[in-house]
Amino acid sequence: MSLVKTFTKGIWKENAVFKLLLGMCPLLAVTTSAENGLGMGAASTFVLVCSNIVVAILRKLIPSKVRIPAFIIIIATFVTVVQLCMEAWVYGLYQALGIFIPLIVVNCLILGRAEAFASKRPVLDAAVDGLGMGLGFTLALFILGSVRELFGSGAILGFSIFGASYQPMLLMILPPGAFITLGLLLAGMNKFEARNS
Amino acid sequence: MLKDMSRLLITLTLIAASAGLILSLVESATREPIKEQRRLQMLKALSAVLPEFDNSPDTDIVTLENGVDKKGKPVLVTFYRARKEQQLVGSAFKMIAPDGYSGNIEVMIGIRPDEVVNAIEILTHAETPGLGDKITFSSWKDLFKNKSLTNADWRVKKDGGEFDQFSGATISPRAVVGAVQKGLEFFRENKTKILAEGGQP
Repeated sequence: MSLVKTFTKGIWKENAVFKLLLGMCPLLAVTTSAENGLGMGAASTFVLVCSNIVVAILRKLIPSKVRIPAFIIIIATFVTVVQLCMEAWVYGLYQALGIFIPLIVVNCLILGRAEAFASKRPVLDAAVDGLGMGLGFTLALFILGSVRELFGSGAILGFSIFGASYQPMLLMILPPGAFITLGLLLAGMNKFEARNS
Repeated sequence: MLKDMSRLLITLTLIAASAGLILSLVESATREPIKEQRRLQMLKALSAVLPEFDNSPDTDIVTLENGVDKKGKPVLVTFYRARKEQQLVGSAFKMIAPDGYSGNIEVMIGIRPDEVVNAIEILTHAETPGLGDKITFSSWKDLFKNKSLTNADWRVKKDGGEFDQFSGATISPRAVVGAVQKGLEFFRENKTKILAEGGQP
């Protein structure tokens, strides 16, 4: 598989959220606004790229019997790095994402890529795969966050779209809004794919 | 068999040790910025609730015990004192409202020496977005300005008091009103210690 394909498959063909339905917990929980979605996506992408690289470097040294604990240690290390850096330099976002930053450790997308891809491929492939998958995840978080913010508070990234007279649909910012939006998005995509094939 | 086992052990130990090394490096690099961020956050909250001051209230502090928590450990309340031209103009402290709708609500209360609320600020909360989180709106927080134990009825309107609740969310405002009231009572009981301890400069 070419590098370009390795990169683009994560964004659309094997998009972690829309096609594989991985990483649902942060997806549903933090997408109350587009900005939170972007921040979570960026943090996850960083962890994903770093852990993929390290797992690929160490793939021949890690005995398969202890590969899962080894992957988890590697992932948890990078998550803690992200958490400390965010607290030091982007405090506002750190507060908005709260508990969901440390919970990146248990995002099955990241362990999934380490296990299914990075542990079997050369370093460059693994890095590109991590970047593609991460961007695909970020895109999904951003779309979901934008839709929910648009209807739930009448704005995107804080810029008012519907004007001051808009009565926000509270439901969209509350947890049910996450499920409803994701369901509708998936249904729309399936319809689109079915028509094209 | 034994050789196999020791290989597993050595690999995991090495990985964990290098993880520890990396983390300690990152921690030492971010320690100062994080401290600074927390201090800025604190100062921002302090200047929001205190009258104008020219000292640094985050270092001019008095710490008192306020009862004990569930585990029997004393609850410490720190009072940050604001001064202007050496005169004490107010003190701020944090109260925790444990009875919010979802988790604790931390409220910073600024009180002038005559036991009147200068302003309040919500520091952390996890109330429902769009319903309970209206406690962070400045129009609501402003209701507390210039209120004291003697000139206000410390209940929400639904309970017969004078603080507005929001449609669909009474619990969060009730928790905050209760916490500020308790804060005022605590301040009154300990007023001499809070204003005097550490001495006027």
